[in-house]
Amino acid sequence: MALTRRNFIKGAVAGGAVVAGATAVSTPACARENKTMPPMAVGLLYDSTLCVGCKACVKACRDNNDTQPEFSTEEKLWDTPLDISGRTINVIKMYAEGTSDHKDQERNGFAFIKKSCMHCVDPSCVSACPVQAMRKNPESGIVSYEPADCIGCRYCVAACPFGVPQFQYDTATPRIIKCQLCRHRQAEGKIPACAEVCPTGATLFGPVTALKEEADRRRALPSESVTTFARKTVGSTDLHEKKVANYIPHIYGEREMGGTQMLLLAGVPFEKLGYPALRDRSYAASSETIQHTLYGGMILPAAVLGGLVYVAKKNVPNHHSEED
Amino acid sequence: MAHASPLGGSVVTKTTVIAAAFAAAAAIILAYRFIYGLGAVANISNGYPWGIWIVWDVIIGTAFGCGGYAMALLVYVMNKGEYHPLVRPALTASLFGYSLGGASVIFDLGRYWNAWHIFTPGWINVNSVMFEVAACIGCYVLVLWIEFLPVIAEKYASPEMRKKISKTLYIFIALGVLLPTMHQSSLGSMLVVFGFHIHPLWQTELLPLLFLLSALGMGYSIVIFEATLVNASYRRPSEAGIVGKLGRYMVFLIAAYLVIRWGEIIVDGKLGLVFSSGGLSLAFLLENLLFLIPIILMASEEKRANAQLQFVAAVCLLLGGALYRIDAYLTAYDRPGWHYFPSVSEMLVTIGIIAIEVLAYIVFVKRLPVLHTVKRAHGVAATTNE
Repeated sequence: MALTRRNFIKGAVAGGAVVAGATAVSTPACARENKTMPPMAVGLLYDSTLCVGCKACVKACRDNNDTQPEFSTEEKLWDTPLDISGRTINVIKMYAEGTSDHKDQERNGFAFIKKSCMHCVDPSCVSACPVQAMRKNPESGIVSYEPADCIGCRYCVAACPFGVPQFQYDTATPRIIKCQLCRHRQAEGKIPACAEVCPTGATLFGPVTALKEEADRRRALPSESVTTFARKTVGSTDLHEKKVANYIPHIYGEREMGGTQMLLLAGVPFEKLGYPALRDRSYAASSETIQHTLYGGMILPAAVLGGLVYVAKKNVPNHHSEED
Repeated sequence: MAHASPLGGSVVTKTTVIAAAFAAAAAIILAYRFIYGLGAVANISNGYPWGIWIVWDVIIGTAFGCGGYAMALLVYVMNKGEYHPLVRPALTASLFGYSLGGASVIFDLGRYWNAWHIFTPGWINVNSVMFEVAACIGCYVLVLWIEFLPVIAEKYASPEMRKKISKTLYIFIALGVLLPTMHQSSLGSMLVVFGFHIHPLWQTELLPLLFLLSALGMGYSIVIFEATLVNASYRRPSEAGIVGKLGRYMVFLIAAYLVIRWGEIIVDGKLGLVFSSGGLSLAFLLENLLFLIPIILMASEEKRANAQLQFVAAVCLLLGGALYRIDAYLTAYDRPGWHYFPSVSEMLVTIGIIAIEVLAYIVFVKRLPVLHTVKRAHGVAATTNE
């Protein structure tokens, strides 16, 4: 048998289990696969080439989620968050290179990019959270946060591949802040505030399958051709016409980490926009494979404990005769 | 005649007074933290949400507390009775390392008033490595106190009571071997979900095994380290003979660690990164050097009997294990645009916790039968002064 990475890991894990006192390790690691998209999953399609950087979505997000403006200039005249933070759930950032003359161009160009929760299909935060304060709705797929459950350990902050959950370090009663796709508005039949106010439809709300179809449609159009774009919700009648930009051939979020419910289109490579290249297999799947292999049904620990109790019962009297 | 006896003497000494002063400073800083939030005293951020209060106090602190685990494995599982005199002092150090590591988590929890959720059905997330670590360390702290009961009972309890404790002790000794095996490996597993945030030289699905092996190695090292220091401080006869034999297990564990670590790096095609990762290459090589030195120093029976070499080997391994954990959790944790270095307040709290451990250890060995009795016939009495 050739020495492959998997075999090596298996061999080493088996060896380690023996060190730990296990008598038999017959179960090969039964891999926990990526979770799958909930059937009624909703999300956002953000098209960087449609975004004009007006930040209406940043303001609407504040109004609907009760966050206060953040200032990064001395005058403190405008709400100028530099990134998501313990006070900011959604931001529009800008990429600029060289002379920054052309929109959606990598060289001597510029582009806008939205930063907020990706609502992963298989979220690291949900896997990491020890107390289920981070949950994924089995129908809508919204990744929500419940402060009443949270212990403030910040494992979600450290684990998220996108750096989304933000902890509040400046208060004695901190909580985690993250986009929950305006689930309180959706409960009232409304759509997320950012999509509601976007004047160009750059942020579009809808079922993930429809968003994916719309993304595919846009990418298939020849650049410089003119087409209609919906505002607010995918398939809405609130339309405007615009020239199709030169998309890079990649829908971000389609495969990354097993897929996300926010999909991104852009004219500039995503790594330049702060979205890292990520593998398809979710990190939650890797982590839970280890946990389930070692602790599934608590069979292995129980077996080891049984062995240890037997050995200890035999040996302890030999060495623990303090009565003398 | 008992195996062990209290050292006796005053607990108010220069060392204990200084330790108490550091503990008091930590208490003041923590009061500030509870009023103004974590950011008021610690340099942690949303890029580096975990600082030294987690990485040193808990991750490294509990690895340093593996003496009791390592000795229980040797004496009660592998049936090596000759090491029995080393069990109690090791257990005492583990007791404080773990109790304070566990307690110090509270300072770091943002919403500490909800901490009980982690042990409560309805909240528990069994998929979470953090849950495994928390539940397991919580149980182990209880087990350590139960394992320590005979020491307290010897001084205060009736003979019948002592017999009862003795009879059920084997169950807790078994748990005392199982639980650290679980959570010390999980402290490695905890990093797997961080994925690409951790540099490939540290990120591997073998993290649990590497953390377990190094924690056990550190367990034997801390026993050597403490025995050397205690015997020198209280002018007790050297235990170099028996302590040196531990070197064998240390070498075996660390050799296994190095073979697996390098094996994974080679098989996974990451060897080039060993030299091409800038500062992280240096950190990686320093770590490995600190693991390699004890193997060289403890290579032969003759060397293992040498008290100086024992001490140097133990210190190297403790530093190597600590650096491995600091690197895996902080140095190799890469979040572009973010930086972390602990603040003075943060460090003072950590020093305060170490001070409490030292303080409690001194009080316990002076008041309770922890250290094995030194026979006056040997000509060297256990003196009561420092």
